[in-house]
Amino acid sequence: MGYMTDQNQSSDAAATLERRPDGTVVVQLRGNWKQPANLPAVDTLLGRLDEGGAPIRVELDGKELSGWDSGMMALVMGVFDACAQRKVPVDTAGLPEGAQRLVRLARAVPPRATDHAGSARRSFLAAFGAQTIEFVQSTGAVLTFLGDCVQATVDLFRGKTMFRRVDLFLFAQAAGAEAFPIVSLISVLIGMILAFVGAYQLKQFGAEIYIAAGVAIGVVREMAPMMTGIIMAGRTGAAFAAQIGTMQVNEEVDALSTAGFSPIGFLVLPRLLALAVMMPMLCLYAMLMGIGGGALVSVTMFGIPLSTYIDQTRSVVSLSDFSMGVGKGLVFGIVVAAVGCLRGVQCGRSASAVGEAATSAVVSGIVAIILLDSLAAVICTVLHI
Amino acid sequence: MAEPTKETPAHIEVKDMTVAYGDRVIQHDLAFSVKRGQVFLIMGGSGCGKSTVMRALFGLTRPARGQVLHGGVDFWAAGAEERERMMRRCGVLYQSGALWSSLTLAENISVLLETFTDLRPRQVKEIVSFKLALVGLAGFEEFYPSEISGGMRKRAGLARAMALDPEILFFDEPSAGLDPVSSRRLDELILELRDSLGATVVIVTHELASVFAIGDDSIFLDAVTKTLIAHGNPKELLAHSTVPEVRAFLTRGAEAGNAGITSAAP
Repeated sequence: MGYMTDQNQSSDAAATLERRPDGTVVVQLRGNWKQPANLPAVDTLLGRLDEGGAPIRVELDGKELSGWDSGMMALVMGVFDACAQRKVPVDTAGLPEGAQRLVRLARAVPPRATDHAGSARRSFLAAFGAQTIEFVQSTGAVLTFLGDCVQATVDLFRGKTMFRRVDLFLFAQAAGAEAFPIVSLISVLIGMILAFVGAYQLKQFGAEIYIAAGVAIGVVREMAPMMTGIIMAGRTGAAFAAQIGTMQVNEEVDALSTAGFSPIGFLVLPRLLALAVMMPMLCLYAMLMGIGGGALVSVTMFGIPLSTYIDQTRSVVSLSDFSMGVGKGLVFGIVVAAVGCLRGVQCGRSASAVGEAATSAVVSGIVAIILLDSLAAVICTVLHI
Repeated sequence: MAEPTKETPAHIEVKDMTVAYGDRVIQHDLAFSVKRGQVFLIMGGSGCGKSTVMRALFGLTRPARGQVLHGGVDFWAAGAEERERMMRRCGVLYQSGALWSSLTLAENISVLLETFTDLRPRQVKEIVSFKLALVGLAGFEEFYPSEISGGMRKRAGLARAMALDPEILFFDEPSAGLDPVSSRRLDELILELRDSLGATVVIVTHELASVFAIGDDSIFLDAVTKTLIAHGNPKELLAHSTVPEVRAFLTRGAEAGNAGITSAAP
């Protein structure tokens, strides 16, 4: 290691114990302790403190030290702790002046017993119980938040909530218009993938003509709303959580409350409405792009005429399929925005808390979307929609 | 309880208040009152819960126990609308300024005036410029909080705190992070505002130069016993207090204040 050769000194740090007849134990520290490696172990040295009877006093001798740093100080403090347990006085007069001063400084304030929650180790059952209670409480917090959102929306329509229309447009632009490229790309690719997957199966029966039906139903009912929702969770939900979380850190949310603005009305509502308006539109757009992607594959690679493809699609997709897809989009949009804002509002007051809020907004958003989508699939099957 | 005097009635009264985070008690059994027009200081070592106690005074933290009265009305027993009105009569300057980062300095102030008053847009604009000029930020109307320095953000926060001409101004460590000259100027500004607006001022601080310069009355909170250990005018506390923690805090500052000037010269 370059660091060690630079020092041009061998690692000759050593610590020995010497017992005098009067019961004094002298801890002798010798050589250069300014080395990062090969420091004598504290534990073995202290383990030998009681050899041949308990010491009456302990002396630290550093007259033959050629260099020292915090590594040696840690050993010295270890000696102090061990002697405090045995109620044995320690004499530091033999240490270098600087080291003596550091010892005095470190021992000036006795360690305080703190009731820091994180330091206590809990048993498995206690931790499990605490987690359960926390979960129940957090469910309560979510319901309170949703209630507040509904209340704020009602207030908005009664003209009672402070609401900045500029914000709504800004968020609609950021969440909607600026998401166009990525939604286009993903939707076209999804449509193409569905077409390929369907084509290889249908080819066995010479029924490639039905690719259009498979793509249309798959994209319109399932893939377009779900993929748009997931894109929104990653793009916009995370942004919402980080924005509001940073405002928590800067005390901006507190400032809103004291000024008499409801943080829900001022921060959450514009975001919620922006996504509720933009998501159905994005969803509709994703459906068209997906069908387009399917058509591209079918026409260029499987030789299906475009007009046939369009006819097939039109005969298969009904208005109820479309409204199903758009409805899902609306619900997913509201869920993504609400989860993002909730995580932001719950955010702690540190940089890492903002990161956690953003991560958790994305994860909870995606989980919620998939769960709701599965639920919708089951209900639709049972009700034959 | 001391009898309320006729000429200076208590503006804020705190009765047996305990503030806590969950099970962790921050400060317990606090009782004090702030008279109208006073500059009232909340002092104490770092981490003893000064800010939390102040947050309870203007309604951000609900006390675990006890009452906070504003002009004789119990804050937490009042209805939601009454409470909102009481909060709006308080102006708060947060430690970091806490300006709304998506709004310009002018908008930070005007949004309050537009929402809570019936002023015309032109009047709003004039008042905004006036408030910014008061804190020495004339011409910075169109700047965003991220484009100005920390000290300026704090002054802009003060302008916003005064937007609705509040009856009580709360300051959370106003001079933290400011150089001595700016900090002294802020003290003068606080006193001037108090005199011209007739507002009551509550300040959380451990800046001793400010303590003696502007404090009319003060309480001293302790981190170990977790309650109030001294109450009175800071200069009188310095002269007569027998509580060792208070003496150490105040005399150390008096020494440092003098020593700081002499030892600055080489």
